Amino acid sequence: MNDTIDVTVNGERRAVARGATLLELLRTLELDPRVVVVEHNRAIVRRPKLGDVTVAPGDAIELVHFVGGG
Amino acid sequence: MTAAVETIRDAPFTIGGRTFHSRLMVGTGKYRDNETMVRAIEVSGAEIVTVAVRRVDLDRTREAGILYHLDPKKYFLLANTAGCHTAEDAVRYARLAREGGGFNEFIKLEVIGDQETLLPDVQGLLAAARTLAKDGFQVLAYTNEDLVTALRLEDAGCAAVMPLASPIGSGLGLLNPYGVRTIKHRLKVPVVVDAGVGTASDACVTMEQGVDGILMNTALAAARDPVAMAHAMRLAVEAGRVAYLAGRMPKREVAVPSSPLEGMLD
Repeated sequence: MNDTIDVTVNGERRAVARGATLLELLRTLELDPRVVVVEHNRAIVRRPKLGDVTVAPGDAIELVHFVGGG
Repeated sequence: MTAAVETIRDAPFTIGGRTFHSRLMVGTGKYRDNETMVRAIEVSGAEIVTVAVRRVDLDRTREAGILYHLDPKKYFLLANTAGCHTAEDAVRYARLAREGGGFNEFIKLEVIGDQETLLPDVQGLLAAARTLAKDGFQVLAYTNEDLVTALRLEDAGCAAVMPLASPIGSGLGLLNPYGVRTIKHRLKVPVVVDAGVGTASDACVTMEQGVDGILMNTALAAARDPVAMAHAMRLAVEAGRVAYLAGRMPKREVAVPSSPLEGMLD
């Protein structure tokens, strides 16, 4: 059985470990969960819950943060 | 730098239950480097600083997030929905922003209706404003200088209404003083002019209309010396505000001599 699954992160297809949580995904991407907001299949997942949500094949994940703007 | 004015004491102003002293609000976009941005913001005296919500760059080719440069304890960060063209998108961005740092419930709502002028989509704006206000947001709505739209935004529950001086990033200054003045006269919520101010005189004239504040970004970021322009804008906003409070003399179509007519030599 393949030990990775394909998900879409910020519009790009990525292979992640099967059974990985959103928190683990952030760690893999070397992102600090304190400054990133996670949207999982269009639903915002709050920071304390990131370790509870497991990603599934085909999931759409958006990782956003604040940038300069007017 | 201390204010030159001791004769009129300006009251602080309140938006959505929060009190602010600086009537100048600034954006964080388009600066040539972060150091210049940080110094310009500091010199501007602004308390409210806007930021945008965007995807994290997973390849790290762009710069890190703005929070690496701005301390959310020092500034009141106001996230925007810039770039959104539908009410649905704007609501989505606003909700993401609210989670972004857990700072506040404030959102600068933009729903753009035309890419060339970046003028607002009034219907989308009103729809998004209603949804967000019901959802507990303090909505600061970027709009045009149309009075009826401004009234509807107030009815929708906006914490502040932000008519433009002229299109975003244009630097054309205050094109419709009458429109902005009328909005200020009629609304109960604060009116903050957002966008279009190009230089200090624009800021001063805008504040002289009696509005509660000004939000600007490009005027600072695109100045040859953003830090010096931030200083100029700070003075101009204060000057315009105090001139408004002082009450200007009436305009006349004829000259009136300032020196006595009596006592002239034969």
